[in-house]
Amino acid sequence: MKTRNDTYLKDLPEGFLHRRDFLRLMGASIALAGLSGCGLRQPVEQIVPYVSGPEDRTEGAPLFYATATTHGGYALGTLVESHEFRPTKVEGNPLHPASLGASDIFSQASVLTLYDPDRSNNVLYQGQIDTYENFLIDLRRKRGNQQTKNGSGLRILTENITSPTLASQIEGLLKDFPAAGWHQYEPVNRDNERDGSMLAFGEAVETIYRFDQADVILLLDADPFADGPGRVRYARDFSKKRRVRKGIDSGMNRLYAVESSPTVTGSMADHRLAVRSADIEGLAGRLLLELTGNSSLPTSAPETKISEFIGLVGRDLIRNRGSSLVIAGRSQPASVHAIAHSLNALLGNVGNTVIYTEPVLANTVNNVESLRSLVADINAGKVEMLAIVGGNPAYDAPSDFFFSESLSNVAWTSHLSLYEDETSARCSWHIPLAHELESWGDARCFDGTASIIQPLIAPLYDGRSPHEFLAAFTENYVATGYEIVRGYWKTQNQDANSNNARDTNSKTDRSSKLPDSRANSAKAADGFEEGWQASLRNGLVANTAFQTKTVSVKADLWGQYLPPPAADPGSIEINFRPDPSIYDGRYSNNAWLQELPKPLTKLTWDNAVLMSPNLALQLGVNQEVGSTGGSHGTSIVEIVELKFDGKTVRAPVFAVRGHADESVTIHLGYGRTNAGEAGSGPGFNAYALRSSGAMWSASGLEITKTGETFSLACTQAHHSMEGRELVRHASLKEYKRDPTFAKREADDPAKQISLYPGWTYEGHAWAMSIDTSICNGCSACVVACQAENNIPVVGKEEVLRAREMHWIRVDTYFEDNAENSRTLHQPVPCQHCENAPCEIVCPVGATTHSAEGLNEMTYNRCVGTRYCSNNCPYKVRRFNFFGYADLETPVAQLQRNPQVTTRSRGVMEKCTYCVQRIQYAKINAETEGRELLDGEIVTACQQACPTEAIVFGDKNDKSSRVAKLKAEPTDYGLLADLNTRPRTTYLATIKNPNEDAQKE
Amino acid sequence: MGNEHRFFGPSANEIMRLCIIFAFLALVGGCWALIEIFGSSYITRQHIVQPQPMPFSHKHHVGEEGIDCRYCHTSVERSASAGMPETQTCINCHSQIYTTDPVLEPVRASFISGNPIQWTRVHNLPGYVYFDHSIHLSKGVGCATCHGRVDQMNLTEQAAPLTMEWCLKCHRDPELQIRPRDEVFNMEYKQPKDQPRLGADLVTSYHVKDRQALTNCSTCHR
Amino acid sequence: MQKETNNLGSDPVVEGQHSYDEISRRISDITLVRKTHLMWFAGFGVMFLFVMLLCYAIAKLLFDGIGIWGVNIPVAWGFAIANFVWWIGIGHAGTLISAILLLMNQKWRTSINRFAEAMTLFAVACAGLFPLLHLGRPYYFYWLLPYPNTMVLWPQFRSPLVWDVFAVFTYLAVSVVFWYIGMIPDLATLRDRARSNFTFRIFGILSLGWRGSAEHWHHYERLYLILAGLATPLVVSVHTVVSFDFAVAIVPGWHSTIFPPYFVAGAIFSGFAMVLTLAIPIRAAFRLKDLITMHHLENMAKVLIATGLIILYSYLSEFFFAYYSGDRFERYIVLDRMFGGYAFMYWLLIACNIVAPQLLWFRRLRRNVGFLFVLSLLVNVGMWTERYVIVVTSLHHDFMPSAWGMYSGTWWDYATLAGTVGLFFALMFLFVRLLPVISMAEMRKLIAPPNAKKEEA
Repeated sequence: MKTRNDTYLKDLPEGFLHRRDFLRLMGASIALAGLSGCGLRQPVEQIVPYVSGPEDRTEGAPLFYATATTHGGYALGTLVESHEFRPTKVEGNPLHPASLGASDIFSQASVLTLYDPDRSNNVLYQGQIDTYENFLIDLRRKRGNQQTKNGSGLRILTENITSPTLASQIEGLLKDFPAAGWHQYEPVNRDNERDGSMLAFGEAVETIYRFDQADVILLLDADPFADGPGRVRYARDFSKKRRVRKGIDSGMNRLYAVESSPTVTGSMADHRLAVRSADIEGLAGRLLLELTGNSSLPTSAPETKISEFIGLVGRDLIRNRGSSLVIAGRSQPASVHAIAHSLNALLGNVGNTVIYTEPVLANTVNNVESLRSLVADINAGKVEMLAIVGGNPAYDAPSDFFFSESLSNVAWTSHLSLYEDETSARCSWHIPLAHELESWGDARCFDGTASIIQPLIAPLYDGRSPHEFLAAFTENYVATGYEIVRGYWKTQNQDANSNNARDTNSKTDRSSKLPDSRANSAKAADGFEEGWQASLRNGLVANTAFQTKTVSVKADLWGQYLPPPAADPGSIEINFRPDPSIYDGRYSNNAWLQELPKPLTKLTWDNAVLMSPNLALQLGVNQEVGSTGGSHGTSIVEIVELKFDGKTVRAPVFAVRGHADESVTIHLGYGRTNAGEAGSGPGFNAYALRSSGAMWSASGLEITKTGETFSLACTQAHHSMEGRELVRHASLKEYKRDPTFAKREADDPAKQISLYPGWTYEGHAWAMSIDTSICNGCSACVVACQAENNIPVVGKEEVLRAREMHWIRVDTYFEDNAENSRTLHQPVPCQHCENAPCEIVCPVGATTHSAEGLNEMTYNRCVGTRYCSNNCPYKVRRFNFFGYADLETPVAQLQRNPQVTTRSRGVMEKCTYCVQRIQYAKINAETEGRELLDGEIVTACQQACPTEAIVFGDKNDKSSRVAKLKAEPTDYGLLADLNTRPRTTYLATIKNPNEDAQKE
Repeated sequence: MGNEHRFFGPSANEIMRLCIIFAFLALVGGCWALIEIFGSSYITRQHIVQPQPMPFSHKHHVGEEGIDCRYCHTSVERSASAGMPETQTCINCHSQIYTTDPVLEPVRASFISGNPIQWTRVHNLPGYVYFDHSIHLSKGVGCATCHGRVDQMNLTEQAAPLTMEWCLKCHRDPELQIRPRDEVFNMEYKQPKDQPRLGADLVTSYHVKDRQALTNCSTCHR
Repeated sequence: MQKETNNLGSDPVVEGQHSYDEISRRISDITLVRKTHLMWFAGFGVMFLFVMLLCYAIAKLLFDGIGIWGVNIPVAWGFAIANFVWWIGIGHAGTLISAILLLMNQKWRTSINRFAEAMTLFAVACAGLFPLLHLGRPYYFYWLLPYPNTMVLWPQFRSPLVWDVFAVFTYLAVSVVFWYIGMIPDLATLRDRARSNFTFRIFGILSLGWRGSAEHWHHYERLYLILAGLATPLVVSVHTVVSFDFAVAIVPGWHSTIFPPYFVAGAIFSGFAMVLTLAIPIRAAFRLKDLITMHHLENMAKVLIATGLIILYSYLSEFFFAYYSGDRFERYIVLDRMFGGYAFMYWLLIACNIVAPQLLWFRRLRRNVGFLFVLSLLVNVGMWTERYVIVVTSLHHDFMPSAWGMYSGTWWDYATLAGTVGLFFALMFLFVRLLPVISMAEMRKLIAPPNAKKEEA
């Protein structure tokens, strides 16, 4: 794969031919072509067949490979779609415990990072282009003098890793260099979990939750569905006890959330209490004492909302002994985690809703302390060689460590990373990291299950995997990732026998890292080979999940414990949280994630100081919604200056409902300088305020107005339904009283008279059902759709103009105007109306209705009157106001789904129910001469959805899932009283509030 | 006024009338010409032989040697794409026969160097048209129906105009075109006298979709 | 010679004594004899600059795409459509005056019909640009026309946009023919009075060999009446069809049966306003005060009140039905227009279209040329504002609050609008300079002595 010319546009001299001009030229030439009619003549193309193609390949048919993507070290099992050996789409692996077939925004977007033209594609020495060979030579020399002193000057800095192979490599390295040191640091780390379990049990353990067993759940500033290793699986398990279906009376679970800033998981809560993080320990502590002391809970009128909440939760938890669950978030101090452990133990949840295992991380250390000691060593001049494997500490280390400055005190530093980032710039050597989709590796998921990461394509940018990088420090420095990973698992395999050697030797050249590893299934089928092939095929190594471990909370842990008093209401608290879409900054240059409307805030391309409307009012910085009713597109907000322990940052303010008063949240990961075209620039750097003493939250923030304003690109600024019953909702009680509460007479097509005779759909009738009860707004569907359908990104400027292109959006509304109003999520794709308003107004018939009820959009016929969008009540149509799709960067073309047309300038586009998947499945069934099976066609959004909130199918097939769901009493059509007869319908939201609650 | 007669002679009105008539004809003729051009083989490239790296003859391989289409176009029954033969496929035979024929030099060169042969595409549909070979075969559309008598082509050319009009001819009335499945690869196949009736039977037995479904935009465009 | 009195008012249709020769001379001299005034060059020059701006804006548009305009989702139509409807509306007065008033035998139309018709053509020309330019892929505009093609596809005839194409083309064609036929006798006059060979030949060709023989007149009169008959329904049809663009959609604020009459009235309203805007300076500049008299201006003022009242009625009925239908979306839009993000535009249009014209109830103001001129400008502004309010406010807050947004024109939107205004006036300048602004033939008829008229009849 040639890579230099991928970036040729950037290499051009300033002002010669840049992207915009290029599009201009294209636009003009198309115009001329169109006018002169010559555009209708097909260009002459070449066909370039293989000389000798890979085995079992069918031209034009996609292949799927099981592998895994990691996030914060933990694995998510994936199936990756490959067209002619180009990975184009990541799906969840149904066999994998962390995925069960679902996925999340990070894994969905990983395929874009793979092809990112901004990725580093050279070895750099002192900033100059160099070769890996020279790196090896230099390294051998340096390694030589380290050997003389058992590597006392060698330090390795990694992120948190679960990879057994990498761990064993490092152990091996530490054997060779006993005096060397291994440090780990991630800005979004699990220190508090670790310290919490140390505090409670005296040892570090992994805590695994069983949401499918839990009836009452209490979250202490935790966001298990969007953040943390088990997020996808937990969301699925939770939804199992959240579905309300006719006839089935499986108890619905109840979720209590106490949190400082709104989270995805918190938005699902039946009872949500917004308090400052600092006050959460007090709440948890009092709850613990009340449950331990005696169960005489405050029956008298509760004095504050907190103690009212404690009473409410306490009673409910006790009522549900053994099936309740208390979870503390990573941002809460160790003590709160310890309290959570104790509460779970006390409530007999351990073994039922909570289980403990050995830590999944290869080596659990307190990240901050680990980095602190490294910096100390550096400053003491003890460090001569520093190998940084991934991560970007120069950017995201606690500001009081001055890590990037101290880096310059190390004689020899090398950094392995995807981008030439802030850290690379300060290291003597920079080595391009191979993406997970281009290299061999392995990783464990939340329950310890290990997966082999297999490459789907040879490294596009000549990158090296961490395994190869670390091998360079050993004697066997030319070992390939394949050898290393396979070698490790062979040692794990009991009945490994002699002829394995042959296999490994036959696999040393890079080219053979093409993903047809199935090819060598012909190899001698000894025990290991079978196991290895099975692991590759299934995407996980059998029986590697960790065994349950029995631990007990230390006795008299809470003997003298007194909950801390409420924090001083005067001072404002600052919270640091990973960004919902670009996390700690590692995804900064992923334009899909940058443009993804962040759950709840719906901000794109920026971070902001999130605060409650009250606080904003207090500071006089609440953004003007007023007469415009809140504009989809631009939100003009004020810039404030944040002053926190001596450091200041200027940042825009964004008021969000449900945020705790006297508290603000800022998201990490923005304000990058060396991220790339998309990542460098946007937002402000929250790390500048973050210090080892205040990793997650601290009080004492000063906010001063600057009077300046800033435009935030926000895709939904109006969160009130204006009484339009868009998301119909009720409490479980109300539902039991009237299951058909969501039905409206006006919605009934039979009641709507028409001059035209009705149309009956024989054969398939494609339809979709979306359960808003279990949608938590995680937005995985949005990114999945973007990847599947070649949806372009438009950039902040265009989002400000309300021109983003997402085919499916997640609307977020509030139940009412009450301060602690519940949140409602509603994914809105094209509704595929049977009476589609868009169709009758198109002058050229570019949008039409299919015999199976699809609302088809034929891009090549569209002239772009945009009349259809005006006439679409759901506003799901998207228009290419400019030529958004990048048609000139060669590497960008590789990611495109060849089954979907890439749209040109001036045409309308919208959700097609993934018609390419429908056609593919239909053609397969027909050529095999069989009927289509229900569930054979899965839309991209449905496949990604962790909670299975989206179901697609043939509603004429009465036995299909979608038909059954549409028969549910809670089924209703959005704006159905317009007689649009949408094929996409919704199941009304049902919440399960505690009936003792004072509210409502 | 005198000068009137100098400029506007007695025939002035006739000249004017002619001008008007001519202008009208020019307008109509222009439109007609445009429409004709769009349907012409200049636009469609029908019957235009593309230059190829070597003069591969379907007539020889199919017509004379009787090699089955699927020997080279391997995935035609399983996939959207019929599949272009790898150099390896050519070498399978040509390592034995015509091993020194200068015409075949590009094949040997490709096989030795590992650089693929770059053919010029003969049947070139626009990118927004998603044609699938496998489904057409399984519904009894013969190779020759669209590709013509390749077994008689010395140099391969595009037999059909491949315009939307042409596609729709069959998608609107499939019974006039389709043939029994076992005749699909038969180049000599002649339509029977009672094609409409046979076609109608095949349409039912092969579950060919009705006209409505076959002419949906999304059948071919996505 | 006696004065021709008009059945509408006490004033004469034309003032003073006139002879055939005098009429012909005064009107034809504007074209043939008079030195071109410096002011003409100045005015035309300025307008020409705006035409250049238009060309630039269009080039930029074709080059960069529709994105240079302010349109977005939800407001996918903006300036372009507002301008289109506005210009088409202005075009209406011409046909109305020349066709309907002719059939109604309204003598006073004679002085103004010629340049009213010219105005119609130029306005429709400006209007016609926008439906083309606002397309995402303008180079495929011909897909809206039914023509045989290799895709065997036709336009989608259920779409009002296709009806538009036919309506506007027909209107343009008929207007051109009507205007030209009406001009033939005058062109012949110009030919006969030509001073140079060049003008003689040009007008000679244009006048199609007109010799003014009785037979010519016989054919001419008949054809002119037939064309008038043909043109009459167009006055109603065009803007009815244009209004369907909105009325057929389900968008609250558009989906309303009142739209066709409401739009036609609005069209005549703005059309007459524009005629006033043109007539007042023309009669001053070319000393035609005695041919285009106070009486004409007053009549047009009266038409303004009448149509203004129809518009007021339409507004009221919109409110009423929004309230009476109980449709929550309609209700919301009505309130949003009054008090929402575009309240200013709304009240501006109320002020210009409803309030200001009421002053015309006062005779003194009706006969105050300065006031009439200012008022006509106000009405033009008001009518554009109305189109803007209809197009934008209905879209920006429609059904889904989550998709609500705001719209504002970009620099290019304004440039394009200004450019078409420039084009319109540039063409107008050329017209008054090169062709007879008032129909000489009809004028002669108007002042003909009764006995002469008897002979004709």
